[in-house]
Amino acid sequence: MAQISLTVNGKPRTVNTDPATPLLYVLRDDLELNGPRFGCGLAQCGACTVIMEGKAARSCSIAVSAAQNRKITTLEGLGTVQHPHYLQTAFIEEQAAQCGYCMNGMIMTAKVLLDQNPNPSEPQIRRALNANLCRCGSHLRVIRAVQRAAREKVSA
Amino acid sequence: METKAISRRQLLKGTGALVVSFSFWGPVTQALGQAAFGQAARPSGASATAATTMPSGAGDLDATKLDSWLAIAPDGGVTIFTSKVELGTGVETALAQMVAEELDVPFERVYMDVGDTDRTVDQAVTAGSRTLERAGPQLRQASAAARQQLLKLASDRLGVPAADLTVNDGIVSIAGNPAKKISYGDLIGGKQFELKITATGTGWDMKIAPEAPAKNYKDYKIVGSSVARVDLPAKFTGEFTYTQDVRVPGMLHGRVVRPPTVNSKPASVDEASIRDIPGVVKIVQEGNFVGVVAETEWAAIRASRALKVNWSAPTTTIPASTAEVDAYLKNTKSFRDQVAVNKGNPDLAISQAAKTYEATYHWPFQLHGMIAPSCAVADVRGDKVTIWAGSQGPFPTRARVAALLGVPATNVRVLYREGSGCYGRLSTDDVPEDAAIMSRAVGKPVRVQWMREDEHAWEPKGPQQLISVRAGVDAQGKLVAWDYLDRSFPWTTSGTPLLASQQLGIKATGPGGPNGTGGGGDIYTFDHQKVVAALIPWVQADPTPLRTSNLRAPGELARTYATESFIDEIASDLGADPVQFRLRYLNNAVRPTEALRAAAKQAQWKERPSPAPAASGSLASGRGVAVANRANTITAAVAEVEVNKTTGKVTVTRVTLAHDCGLIVNPDGLKNQIEGNIIQGVSRTLLEQVQFDASGIKTLDWASHPIITYQDIPQIDIVLINRPEMGPLGGGEPSISPVPGAIANAIFDAVGVRLREIPFTPKRVLSGLQAGTLSSQNTVK
Repeated sequence: MAQISLTVNGKPRTVNTDPATPLLYVLRDDLELNGPRFGCGLAQCGACTVIMEGKAARSCSIAVSAAQNRKITTLEGLGTVQHPHYLQTAFIEEQAAQCGYCMNGMIMTAKVLLDQNPNPSEPQIRRALNANLCRCGSHLRVIRAVQRAAREKVSA
Repeated sequence: METKAISRRQLLKGTGALVVSFSFWGPVTQALGQAAFGQAARPSGASATAATTMPSGAGDLDATKLDSWLAIAPDGGVTIFTSKVELGTGVETALAQMVAEELDVPFERVYMDVGDTDRTVDQAVTAGSRTLERAGPQLRQASAAARQQLLKLASDRLGVPAADLTVNDGIVSIAGNPAKKISYGDLIGGKQFELKITATGTGWDMKIAPEAPAKNYKDYKIVGSSVARVDLPAKFTGEFTYTQDVRVPGMLHGRVVRPPTVNSKPASVDEASIRDIPGVVKIVQEGNFVGVVAETEWAAIRASRALKVNWSAPTTTIPASTAEVDAYLKNTKSFRDQVAVNKGNPDLAISQAAKTYEATYHWPFQLHGMIAPSCAVADVRGDKVTIWAGSQGPFPTRARVAALLGVPATNVRVLYREGSGCYGRLSTDDVPEDAAIMSRAVGKPVRVQWMREDEHAWEPKGPQQLISVRAGVDAQGKLVAWDYLDRSFPWTTSGTPLLASQQLGIKATGPGGPNGTGGGGDIYTFDHQKVVAALIPWVQADPTPLRTSNLRAPGELARTYATESFIDEIASDLGADPVQFRLRYLNNAVRPTEALRAAAKQAQWKERPSPAPAASGSLASGRGVAVANRANTITAAVAEVEVNKTTGKVTVTRVTLAHDCGLIVNPDGLKNQIEGNIIQGVSRTLLEQVQFDASGIKTLDWASHPIITYQDIPQIDIVLINRPEMGPLGGGEPSISPVPGAIANAIFDAVGVRLREIPFTPKRVLSGLQAGTLSSQNTVK
C-alpha cells in the first residue's frame, strides 16, 4: 500500500492503494468515477480511455503509480448533463449510441483527435477511432457526432 | 452510491404511491443501496440447501390491479412499473411514448420504473423482438384504463359527462370551456386508483384491459415521432448507473476461479498460494464452485489468478474442431423436429424434377461478445437477498437465485441495472449466482465482475448449425419443390441450470429450449415445401464453454443465410435476376413484396442475373439481395461489396435495407437499431467464429476474435415502411437476418464464388477463387 497523488479533473486527489493497481480501478473504486469503464482490461477495446497529459490513455493498462502527479481527465471532467461539453452535446444531438457503454472511449478519443485536428475528414475520424470497439454498431452515428462537434463547437 | 436512482425516487417521494401494498421491505424500500433486512444473525456454518429442481419464475403482483401498473404523483408525474428493461435498444423511451400518448401527458412527465421484481408485474423476459409488440399494448391498455378512470373522476368533479371532457398535457377540461379544468395530479396524485382491470394470460401473451378504449393511431402525436432517448445524455457524461457502477456500503469484490477447459471438480485448493496478497477476505468453495472475495477489486483479480487449484479431469470434453461438431450434428438423432412447413410431396417432386439442386451451409458457434463482461452485485442477509444485475429477465434471475440459495423467490429482490448491449446473452444471467454464493459465504454484499477471458470462454454461445437444402425445378424453370433441414443445438441454458447452479449440484432436467423455427424458406411459396428445424441434443453432463443460448435472431440468422444463398444459386443457374426470381415466389404477399421492391429501388438495383461480368484488376464489385421475416417484421437488404481477389478481403461498401415493423413508434430509434443490426451482421458474417479445440476455447480476447472496426463500416441506407394500422412489431433483431445472405450473394455476384461457410474469411474467399470461378453448386439430373 502507498499514498499516491493524482490530479483528476482539475482536482488533487490522494489514494492509499497497491501502487500496481491499474489506474482504472483506482478511478472507479477509490474515486467513484463512472466515466472510464472496464471492457477488457487488456487495452484492446478502449472503454477505459482517459486523457493523461493531453493524450488518450488506456487506464486499464497503466499502473496507478505511473499516473502519479499526472493530470488526468475523465469523461466527467468534460461536462455534465446540465453543462455538457460541445462534444457531448453533439453526441446527444446525433443520438450516437445504443447501449452507450463504449462511449466513454469514443468521446475521450474524439476529444484528443479534435484537440489535435479540429476539422478531421471522415477517413481521419475512422482511423483515429479504429482501435475503439463498439459491439452494438453505433459507428456511423459516432462519426456524425464527431463531425458535428467539429462544425458546431458550441460550449454549454 | 446510486445517485441517479435515488434522485428519481425523490421526485415521487411523498406521493404515497411508493409505500405500496406489495412491498416486502417496508421503509427499507426507499434506500436502494442499503439492504437492512433486519438484524437476525446468520447462523454460522450455514451451508446451502440447494434445490434439486429448476424453479418456475412467477410474478407476484396482481396484474388485475391498475395500481400494479402505474402511479400518478401530486404534480402529475406518471410512473409506469414494468419488467421490460432497457437493453440499449431504446424500448424504455418507446414504451414511455406509448404511455404518454395514451394518457395525453407530456412525454417528459413519464418515468419508467423498470425491472424491479418487487414493484412490477412479470411481463416475461425482454427479448425476441417482442417488447413493443407485446408489452407495448399491455402498457398502452393499462394507460388507457387509467385515462378512462381519470375522466370518470373528472366528470364527477366537474359535473359534466366524461364524453364532454378533453385532456391536454395531463389536464382534463371541458371541451369548449377550458377554464373549467382539473389536473391528473389534483384528481388522484399520490393516491391509488383501486381499480380492477382485466388481465388474462402470462408474460408475452398477457392481455391487459382490452376493454379500455385506446386512441386511434391517426390521432397519435408522440408515437411516431423521433423523441430523443431518455437515457443517452447521462451515458455521455458518466452520470448513468450501469450494473458495473453499482456501489453499496460494505461491498466487497469477488472473482470466480474457473477450470481450464470444461467444468470439473476442484480436487484441492492451495490457500497458501494467495497468502501474500493483502486484502483477501475469503476463498469460497462450495460444491465445484471456487471463488475469491477481497476488499479491493485488484486484490480479488490477483488472488483469482494466483490461486492454485488442482482441477480433476472433467467427465465431458470439448470437441476437437468445428468439423467434428458438424459430423456430430449430421449423425446424431434429433430429439425434436420442428416442422415449419409441410406441403405436398417434396421428395417425390424432386425425384421427378427436370433439374435438382442440393447444398449444405455451415454456421459456427458465435459469441454474443458483450463489450462489458457480466457483472452483478448480491447482498445475501440470512434468507433475504438483493441482486443488482443486467438480466433481461429479472424474474427468471430471481427464481434461479432463490432455487440456488434455497430461499423463497419472494425473499429475493432483483433490481435491474443496465449492462452493455447483450444481444440475448443476459436472458440467462450467470453472474448473479456467482455473486449470491460469495455474498452468502462472507455475509457482506459482493460485486462480481467477469474478466474478458471469462466472458469469451464461458458465455453461452450461439449454437453451431448445419443446414441442408434440396430443390427441384421443372422443365419450365419453375422452382416447384423445396426440402430444407436445419440441424441445430437447442439453447442449453434455457430451462437448465446455469454455471454456478450446476457447480452446486443442480441438475439439468431437459435438453434445453428450441433455437427458433423461422427463416428456412417459409417466406416463399412453393408447390412442394418442407421446412424442418431439427434439435440435436447437446452436452450437459458438465457445463461446457460450448453451452448455447439465444444469440440475436437465434437460429433464423443462419437459416435465412442458407435460404437466401440457395435460392440465389438457383436463380443464377437459371439465368434469372435475383430480385425478380424472389418476387415470383413471394407470391404477391404484400409486405415482403413491397419491402423487396423498396430495397431494390433504393439501392438502384440493375436487373440482371448473377454473377456480374468478370472484372479485370484485383478488385471486383458485386451486389446481392436477401429477404427475411422475424417476429412478423419483414426486412429486405441489398449488400454491395468489393472483393480483393489478391488478398481475399471482402469489404461491404453499402447496405440498403427496407424495414416493415408495422407501426413505427420512434423512427430514429428504429433506424438506430437497424444500423446496429446491419453492422453487427457484417461483423458476424465476415469475421466471427468461436475457435476451440479439445484443450479449450482459443478465442479469449478481442485480438484473437476481432470484431468489425471503424475503417470497415459500410454506408447504410434505410427505407422505413410504416403501417400504423398494424400496431407495433419488433425492431431489435429482424434487420440482422438478411445481412449474411445479401453479402454471400454479393460476393458471388462479384467473383462467382459461392461461400457456404460463415465467416467469409479471406482464406475462404481465396480458396473459392482458386477452385474456379463457377459456382460449386451441384446440378443433378
